[in-house]
Amino acid sequence: MSRTINVSWHGTSLQLDLEGALYWPEERLLVAADLHLEKGTSFARSAGRLLPPYDSAQTVARLERLVAQYRPLRVVALGDSFHDRAGPARLDGAVAERIRALSDRVDWIWIHGNHDPLPPKQLGGRGAVEIAIGPLVFRHDAHREQPAGGGEVIGHYHPVASVSTRGRSFRRRCFAIGRDRLLLPAFGAYAGGLNVREAAIRSLLDSAARVALLGRDRLHLFPLAAVLPDATLPPFELLR
Amino acid sequence: MDLIATTSLLPPRFAAWFHGRGWQVHDHQLAVLSAVQAGRSLLLIAPTGGGKTLAGFLPSLVELADADPKAKRTGIHTLYISPLKALTVDVARNLETPIAEMGLPIESETRTGDTPQNRRQRQRKHPPHILLTTPESLALLLSYSEAPEYFASLKTVIIDELHAIADTKRGQLLTLGLARLARLAPQCRFLGLSATVAAPERVAQHLNYGARPLDIIRGRDGAQPEIGILIPEARVPWSGRMALHAVPAIYDEIKRHKTTLVFVNTRAQAELVFQGLWRLNDDNLAIGLHHGSLAVEQRRKIEAAMARGALRAVVATSSLDLGIDWGDIDLVIQVGAPKGASRLLQRIGRANHRLDEPSRALLVPANRFEVLECKAAIEAALEKDLDEYPPRPYCLDVLAQHILCLACAGSVDPDALYLEVTSAAAYAALPREEFDRVFAFVRDGGYALKAYDRWKRLRQMPPENGKPGGWRAANMTVVRQYRMNVGTIVEAPMLKVRLGRGQALGEVEEWFVQGLLPGDTFMFAGRLLRFEGIREMSVVCSLAKSGEPKVPVYGGGRLPLTSGLADRVRAILEDRRQQTDLPHDVQEWLRLQRWRSVVPTRSRLLIESFPRGNKEFLVAYCFEGRIAHQTLGMLLTRRMERAGLKPLGFVATDYVLATWALGAPTQEQVERLLAEDMLGDDLEEWLEDSSMLRRSFRNVAVIAGLIERRHPGEEKNRRQITFNADLIYDVLRKHEPDHILLRATRQDAAWNLADVQRLGDFLKRVRGRIDLRRLDRVTPLAVPVLVTLGSEQVGNEAMDALLEQAAADLIAEATSGEPGQEAML
Repeated sequence: MSRTINVSWHGTSLQLDLEGALYWPEERLLVAADLHLEKGTSFARSAGRLLPPYDSAQTVARLERLVAQYRPLRVVALGDSFHDRAGPARLDGAVAERIRALSDRVDWIWIHGNHDPLPPKQLGGRGAVEIAIGPLVFRHDAHREQPAGGGEVIGHYHPVASVSTRGRSFRRRCFAIGRDRLLLPAFGAYAGGLNVREAAIRSLLDSAARVALLGRDRLHLFPLAAVLPDATLPPFELLR
Repeated sequence: MDLIATTSLLPPRFAAWFHGRGWQVHDHQLAVLSAVQAGRSLLLIAPTGGGKTLAGFLPSLVELADADPKAKRTGIHTLYISPLKALTVDVARNLETPIAEMGLPIESETRTGDTPQNRRQRQRKHPPHILLTTPESLALLLSYSEAPEYFASLKTVIIDELHAIADTKRGQLLTLGLARLARLAPQCRFLGLSATVAAPERVAQHLNYGARPLDIIRGRDGAQPEIGILIPEARVPWSGRMALHAVPAIYDEIKRHKTTLVFVNTRAQAELVFQGLWRLNDDNLAIGLHHGSLAVEQRRKIEAAMARGALRAVVATSSLDLGIDWGDIDLVIQVGAPKGASRLLQRIGRANHRLDEPSRALLVPANRFEVLECKAAIEAALEKDLDEYPPRPYCLDVLAQHILCLACAGSVDPDALYLEVTSAAAYAALPREEFDRVFAFVRDGGYALKAYDRWKRLRQMPPENGKPGGWRAANMTVVRQYRMNVGTIVEAPMLKVRLGRGQALGEVEEWFVQGLLPGDTFMFAGRLLRFEGIREMSVVCSLAKSGEPKVPVYGGGRLPLTSGLADRVRAILEDRRQQTDLPHDVQEWLRLQRWRSVVPTRSRLLIESFPRGNKEFLVAYCFEGRIAHQTLGMLLTRRMERAGLKPLGFVATDYVLATWALGAPTQEQVERLLAEDMLGDDLEEWLEDSSMLRRSFRNVAVIAGLIERRHPGEEKNRRQITFNADLIYDVLRKHEPDHILLRATRQDAAWNLADVQRLGDFLKRVRGRIDLRRLDRVTPLAVPVLVTLGSEQVGNEAMDALLEQAAADLIAEATSGEPGQEAML
């Protein structure tokens, strides 16, 4: 059973992985967005909620598996790698070392996010506001103006899609693929989601856009117009 | 009891009052009075209408009759706890009569979630003699630092409808609260009031704290009820649960009686029946509606109108099952089969609250199987053959909430608390190790990875007399969180339903709204509403002019058929002599079944196999109740998958399980499929996979205080985030599978699968007794379940298949004849 689907996009051939990461074989480039490391401890700090403190370890373990599987030359963490600025300081030493080991092995790029405007120094890798390769540009949040002829790959929005079928509905993380924009799902273990039918996401996409929903064993493609809105929506800024 | 004993027990003022009302003092009322005066705790078992509530309050009224109204009080004398807010209000109203008529200097007040903040504060500063409240409000009271003083003088606790909460999480939270009260007020006597139950000793245990002697007092049984089955125009539908065909007949009965209570099984059914009645209501009879989703004010209005005798009928769900005393109801109609004998008796008991006159009730079966079930339920009710439920094992999430409650009130010493907690019957078997782990969870999360030393929720007090200090809530955030999330009822998130910008009509579950598109219509609060959209956490609607409603099908309220009734139904099917009084439709249905196939018997399991469309159907006549059938369906389809039969889905009713697949099994295959080992690895594996554990985890996490309860409309203001419990579950399961919350989750799921035990008994019983009948077409008995088909699906594991199907359908629809579709894939 294939855990990826291939997408031809702006003259490139991209693989969308069931884990929620994107791989570009031609460039040997792996991209994961919104790791939100240390979201668990951030809740202990700000709200007194003591969630299981294993989310960072789990997120990193999934990254390790992907790196072992695809053997990329370059890994791009597409912003909001930490849930808050103080996150790197709270990171468990062992987990920090595992990240360091990864960033030593490949060309690791921390794209700046809104939660973490600066790259975490002690973890290796290099920081960047955005990175352009061939026809594609990788950045955290969308730019209003699109360069003609190119594609923009972004994180930030944590897209999820709801599908209802025969009386059951599923709400899962997804990729959202528009003509000129490709939104990655949040990769972090505790990262929440925003429905792709919300204006904040829909306004970034054209009407022919599709979503690739992360199922249990494979991905599923749906037209954006066919997935359902949520019944209730906490405001966007509260979800990340 | 003779007259002299009566007079000596009952002060003259009270004797005169009884006399003046034309009432006889019941023996059990005097027995309660004398036991309580002797310092004993007790369980009073009496049918409704037996003056049970008055019996409970009598000792307190007598003790307080000579109280000095001006004396300064710091605490309350009597605490009354009922599972229903509505009941609290009603009892408070009824209590005013004796207090006023005897001129007793007694203050009694209610305190529930609906009590305004300023009144709660006044009650804390100036406690009434008698406080009427709910289990949640008691927990809140116990979380205040002045609780010891408030309850120090407590003499009596009355717990109403104890049978209804004994084996629930709410009941467990309550008993932990009672254990605390017993410690704060060692002199306190516990009085439980209960309807007739199958195992009174077990219910009574929940009143037993410390060494106080405990009595069980039984009131006199009332007159045998008169129960009939209502079959309008001698027609019974094949299937369905709503019984709308009977609405005209129900209307006629309402017209013929003074006041009728119309009980239904679900809120959706309540809406439909109510609307149906009003469509016929040319006489403009005052017919009301009462169910748990309606706005509080709405419900109070109905209750008050009912108490005034201003209504001719009320259509109600279980929201009115319990003891509200209306006296004048002369008919109870149960629409749809009652699913259990105890429930039927409870509901019938609502009619005619005079002991010596029989209650009158009519059962309205919604379909042919329900005719059999109604007949079985009447037999069981008349024989007082009550349903027995297994005791619920202690719940660790409830314990966690209770520990936090006490830590909000003051310093908690784990050793002392362990003794206190295990004095509650439900927690008697709790090992110290589990207690300590729950305590650690409350303190710092209790994780193997010590990540939260800096953010502990409990902080330790300095040592005292060489003993380590106790623990208390670390800061006000923790206390606030506790109070915002108190209670054990975790419901699906609810949204307010509003007419335009006007007042709220009530609430519906979020998932229901999710399926609505603007313009869709649905029944709510007795009106046909048109869905306009969601605005600021409200479902905004307008009144719809006409059209077929898209009916809310609420999840709650559907109890499965009890095993006792199921067995009686099988007996009726087997014994043709018992069928002679069945309606003609039903007899004909069974005759056709005998002609085309056979009728199921008590000792064997009939499974029919037949092709239909391009699919192969299996219909198993198990009669084990919907929940057991659902579990069986999940497991059976898994095994069919492995056997290469390519199952596509299943549907479960209370009577039957039907599966459809691409292949049909042989007799040997069926025997193997239904072997007892099904409940071993398959069950285990399915539990791990299914949403059952996830759902349990969400509930456990909220009750234990790991994540916030959702308060619709507050997300915005409080900048609080609804955490996705599924994500937390996945992480915890992977990294610390033995964490105490996961243990609590598995225990919870096992209880929710109580019907697994039933399933085990069933598989054992039918081993070697399975009759597989291969037929060329659907049989009469199989028709009802096939009509329901499509409402249930194979579990989560089929998600990908379903999504694929949905995608295929959508793509086919959206792209028929359009080339270039593959270009993007």
